[in-house]
Amino acid sequence: MAAEAAGFSAQEARSNKITRVVTPTISVGQRLREIWISRELLVYLVRTEIKVKYKNSALGLVWSMIAPAMTLAIYFVVFQLVLGNRMPHFVIFLFAGLLVWNLFQLGVLTGTGVIVNNSAIVKKVAFPREILALAAVGSALVFFCFQAVVMAIFMVVLHVAPAVNYLPLLLLALFTAMVLACALGVLLSAVNVYLRDMQHLIEVVLTAWFWACPIVYAFQGNIAQKLAAKGWAQWTWVYFLNPMVPLVLTFQRALYAQTSPTAIVAGKPTTFYVLPTWSWGTYALLDLGVLAASAVLFIIALTVFGRLEGNFAEEL
Amino acid sequence: MSDFSVDVRDVSKRFRLAHGRHKSLKEKVIHRGRVPHEDFWALKDFSLEVKEGETVGILGRNGSGKSTLLKCICGVLQPTSGEVAVRGKLAGLLELGAGFQPDLSGRENIYLNGSLLGMTKREIDKVFDAIVDFSELDEFIDSAVKFYSSGMYVRLGFAVAVNVDPDILVIDEVLAVGDERFQRKCIDRIKQFQREGRTILLVTHSPDQVRTVCDRAVVLSHGVLVGEGEPGEVVRIFREGLMEEAPGMAPPEPAAATSGPPPMASIDTPDAERPVRLTEISHSYAADGDRPYLRTGEILMLTVGFLTNIASDDVVFSVELRDDESEVLMRTDTAIMGNTFSLPAGPGALEIQLKNVPMLDGEFTYCIGVQSRGGVLYDVRDPAGTFEVMNSGKTTGSIFMPAEATLLAAEIPAGAELLPQQAS
Repeated sequence: MAAEAAGFSAQEARSNKITRVVTPTISVGQRLREIWISRELLVYLVRTEIKVKYKNSALGLVWSMIAPAMTLAIYFVVFQLVLGNRMPHFVIFLFAGLLVWNLFQLGVLTGTGVIVNNSAIVKKVAFPREILALAAVGSALVFFCFQAVVMAIFMVVLHVAPAVNYLPLLLLALFTAMVLACALGVLLSAVNVYLRDMQHLIEVVLTAWFWACPIVYAFQGNIAQKLAAKGWAQWTWVYFLNPMVPLVLTFQRALYAQTSPTAIVAGKPTTFYVLPTWSWGTYALLDLGVLAASAVLFIIALTVFGRLEGNFAEEL
Repeated sequence: MSDFSVDVRDVSKRFRLAHGRHKSLKEKVIHRGRVPHEDFWALKDFSLEVKEGETVGILGRNGSGKSTLLKCICGVLQPTSGEVAVRGKLAGLLELGAGFQPDLSGRENIYLNGSLLGMTKREIDKVFDAIVDFSELDEFIDSAVKFYSSGMYVRLGFAVAVNVDPDILVIDEVLAVGDERFQRKCIDRIKQFQREGRTILLVTHSPDQVRTVCDRAVVLSHGVLVGEGEPGEVVRIFREGLMEEAPGMAPPEPAAATSGPPPMASIDTPDAERPVRLTEISHSYAADGDRPYLRTGEILMLTVGFLTNIASDDVVFSVELRDDESEVLMRTDTAIMGNTFSLPAGPGALEIQLKNVPMLDGEFTYCIGVQSRGGVLYDVRDPAGTFEVMNSGKTTGSIFMPAEATLLAAEIPAGAELLPQQAS
């Protein structure tokens, strides 16, 4: 057909001639191409979601900073004041992990419902629908940026310096978390059309997932050392089957910066084992591994999405 | 063969009609693999080629697969088998204002909707003023769309869609909205598109629209192409199909005319005391065969049965024709026709011929009344029956008059240009 099109040129000189073919299935390559073509739509969808979310609220976007700051304050009160955790700058440690986790969780959670909630457009307008799930991650990224500002303020106030050489790894970990969230969002948004339980199920799963990540507790002291004490050190890799673990650790390594800080507890100097003393390269390698796995998952998600997409209009 | 804009090749679309769909996980597990369902083919091996610059109308009853077809062409639905090739930029108006965010302003929605339809920001910037202009919403463009009236909503939706600058415009019954003036504006815009050589696919319920706008039309029935060709001819096929498929709905005229007590709200005289009562009223066409409709220009014959109680020569029968909106098209009576009757007591019948029925298309009602010359109403049947008229020619509008044009060569001043394309 392309040859046919090329051979025909009389009044067809218009430059934007593209021949689109609607078939029972669309290849992954074509899907990726269409997503790329619709990138401006992605921007508008993200903008719309954020605008709509804070429309008619007096503080507007400030809420996206207040909310995490409040969460942080609550964790701080509970862990440091009530439970008596004496880890120095625990707030920074906590926030470092929460930053990347919140991005991931928000992206997956809103992404899951995105096809069902936008059924009006899905049924009436032709556009690559997986973009809706990507937009959910996109708006999560915007909120991430606001939280990052809160984080920066906290670090300045508490005089915590980041590990400068690890900062570039933040971008890698952030990108990886987004790819992973996109993959899950695309996959679950399609599944959710057929299995509406998914929306509720995923909330439960994400709560469990949160506690499976070393965000509130420290990896080195609470996982690695305890496993080693039981002689199970060779099983530590099982914990790393959770793809969020390397990403959370990377954020903590870069922003909390100390692997084993000391503090005076009850008059005695005590060492807190917070982070593994891996090299920069190890962190990078782990993140790249997760990125590769996420990319594969994303391709799988697009394929599954394509298979399920055909019947969206009748199931919605 | 290579100048198609839209090429639909053997497209089939199956829908699963599940009996009580299992949406929750528990139900899915319990009924795994045994979900009772029925296959419903909305489209069956449908093929259609639309040439560049052509305007094709798609007619069909509700549920005939028209919308499924358009959705497959637009890519909203994927066919179960077959494929659709589209050459050029396609804008689909399956629903005006789909994707509008009620909380955002008109301005923001123009950008959002435009990008949903595949425009870049720069392209939207360029046509933004044209969109606002066309929608006539200048003062409201910065208020939230949720405060718009439904007419404003639709205007904005149409304005965005026609400014997408598509090569192919696909329209699904959306022109039936908005006030008359805006509708005309939309039709004008569609005609402008035609002049610019763009391709248009139009689903409509208005045969008139097909006749005015389309170069070609197709009729769908149960997902299959049942008619294709000249708009006038296709409209006729469509109408005939409508009648065959719904025999209970189309010819209610004899039943309505004869059964049941006639509505006589204005007459309180008991039957026996009335000089004349109407009995059986029917109509027939002078045309050959037994087709259930009349063609423009044919004769409609009304047979009015009556029963005279007291012999009288003070009797006038009246006929009234109305269109489907109860607008009176014509009222006449036997006095105007120049007839005077002297009726003996007993049953009788009167034949009224309505010659050269000039209406073009549609369903019409007639009412029969009987009264004294002075206007004392004896009896009335309202409505007495309905009949259908079909237009097999290309004239559009509501009535038909034979028309012809002659060139008056002698009258043309020397040097003036001739414009010969006035006929038809």
